Amino acid sequence: MFDYNFHWRPVMKNLPDLLEAGLLTLQVAVLSMVIGIGIGLCLALIRMNRNGVLYWLATAWVELARNTPALFQLFFFGFGIGAFGVHLTPFAIVLAALSFNCAGYLAENFRGGFQAVPETQMRAARSLGMTQWQTYTRIIIPQVFRIVYHPITNQMVWAVLMSSLGMLVGFRELSGETQFFASRTFRIFEYFAVTAVIYYVIVKCILAASRLLAMRLFRY
Amino acid sequence: MIEIRGLEKYFGALQVLKGIDLDVRKGEVLSVIGASGSGKSTLLYCINGLEPIQKGSVFVDGTDVHAKGTDINKLRQKLGMVFQQWNSFPHMTALENVALAPRIVRGKSSGEAREIAVRQLKHVGLEDKLNVYPSALSGGQQQRLAIARALAMEPAYMLFDEATSALDPELVGEVLDTMRLLADEGMTMICVTHEMGFARDVSDRVAYFHRGVMEEIGPPSQIFCDPQSEHTRKFLANVR
Amino acid sequence: MDQTISFFSGFTIKDVWFLGEAALRTLWTSVLSISIGTALGVIFGWLLHEGRILAALTLAPVLDIFRSVPLIIQLVLFYNFAPIVGLNLDPFWSGVVILTIYTAALVANVARGGIEAVGRPMRRAARSLGMSYWQDMRHVVLPIGGRAVFPAWVGVALGVMKDSALVSVLGYVELLKASQILITRTQEPFLILSLAGAFYFALSFPISRYAAKLEKRWAQ
Repeated sequence: MFDYNFHWRPVMKNLPDLLEAGLLTLQVAVLSMVIGIGIGLCLALIRMNRNGVLYWLATAWVELARNTPALFQLFFFGFGIGAFGVHLTPFAIVLAALSFNCAGYLAENFRGGFQAVPETQMRAARSLGMTQWQTYTRIIIPQVFRIVYHPITNQMVWAVLMSSLGMLVGFRELSGETQFFASRTFRIFEYFAVTAVIYYVIVKCILAASRLLAMRLFRY
Repeated sequence: MIEIRGLEKYFGALQVLKGIDLDVRKGEVLSVIGASGSGKSTLLYCINGLEPIQKGSVFVDGTDVHAKGTDINKLRQKLGMVFQQWNSFPHMTALENVALAPRIVRGKSSGEAREIAVRQLKHVGLEDKLNVYPSALSGGQQQRLAIARALAMEPAYMLFDEATSALDPELVGEVLDTMRLLADEGMTMICVTHEMGFARDVSDRVAYFHRGVMEEIGPPSQIFCDPQSEHTRKFLANVR
Repeated sequence: MDQTISFFSGFTIKDVWFLGEAALRTLWTSVLSISIGTALGVIFGWLLHEGRILAALTLAPVLDIFRSVPLIIQLVLFYNFAPIVGLNLDPFWSGVVILTIYTAALVANVARGGIEAVGRPMRRAARSLGMSYWQDMRHVVLPIGGRAVFPAWVGVALGVMKDSALVSVLGYVELLKASQILITRTQEPFLILSLAGAFYFALSFPISRYAAKLEKRWAQ
């Protein structure tokens, strides 16, 4: 049955390159999460106010991000907008697609978070003379953040997993780099097996870090 | 002094306050009683501007609460408020709950704010809970925390909106005791309440609200022993 | 003659047909993987719930791998691993196998959540009425727990439908791969991608809306 000889040596030789590409994966995922959190928060606030053109734009963003494949979104930023003469670098394509996707999903999480904070918190803060801005930044958003912390962690994991699509637009993050080496050596299985392990370790590290951070952040 | 003149308030088409005239003097304790939906809680919200009004006016120490140019956040510092739901801020310790507003609204240094917070928590008997999060406090303790939080703004008036209604019966006493303590210290208070014993023993005057109208106001002896209005008599017969 | 003209004049009716066929392949892949995967996932979920420590030590970590490694990596790995053990699977079946296991891994958690959503007191009450274990499962746990996690299951199913686009890396011509081929030929990226995106959206949006509505109604 096993007339296949596994060759791990070439993979091990390229391991430092793969790990470096893993850092790039992490980088693009973190960056897209930071952008996604910022935009997602804005989208959620716009959608809660329910007024005018902005509401419809935000809703379109959220629904498109959630109801089309991530790969479609990647292709769209990859060559869809090429129709308008916009050509992005592979890094920018992946970053744009991931940020678009994360913002859409996080917007819904944030909206749920805002709804979960009792309205009485707002009243209590305002009755103490706090301004609307103070109330949001000191009272409401910290509580929302706690509620969406777990979903944000999950989204971070998704961002790492989704960034693997980068290999389809020529971005040499972990998957792209793996494909590059694999196609040069024809040791496809070995390379991708090692890469799978690296992804697994990255995901576990994120989850562990998130848990540690939560213990520090949330004492209540 | 709080002066309310011809106050009318609507929620949509529904009129919940139908022309209220009321003065509350410095140092006075006024209890407001009445069935739920009679507009008594709304009255408190109109006094500190949490709800807009449609007609009439509310003056606090001569400042028109609902006038356009009024700095409402500044005015609210004079009006401490305690709500039915003990809405302490869950992400802060008791100390942080109380120290926050003095720091960010009154601009105190964190050291001063801390001092104020410790003093007020001692005031309401929570000196051993300084670094505890609200989730570890009982309802009664959380409500006393809410009182300390309001007092930390050094308000001239305290508004209590059914402060004990959501509490388990065995926890009501400690909150009423704290309110009694404030009354004894000479704080000006408006207490919307269902606690008839408190209204009778502690207040200088009691007002009875019925369907958005202030039916009757007078000293507790009059309201409880010799009510003038038919509605008041019926209400008191039912709650006793 | 007709062929050559259409080839040079961009997008034609024939291309719509080409896309339509590819869309059907996307649907077929999804339906197959989701239905088998859900059945497997429910069994896994039940094992996770009943198996306690044994399942937590064996099944749980295995399923966890499928949630912690990018789907695209899983697909490439399996496609290249199958021949090693003497299986000769075409891209379609390789894709279905991996999507099925992936679905099962996600559904397992949902199913376990469903069983655990039915409180102990309620199950004790059922047993105290003289119901057997399976009667309790069939008449109490399934309707109540099923309802509790139905929206989550819809989310998983729609996710798999969208992720089925990734089978294209194995060369299987599903909707997005077909779009890519057409784009290369016609140079109409925006139009063709919009059509493909619209297909996914038209499928995913109403279903997710409907699930959200059901969730709201059941919550009352």
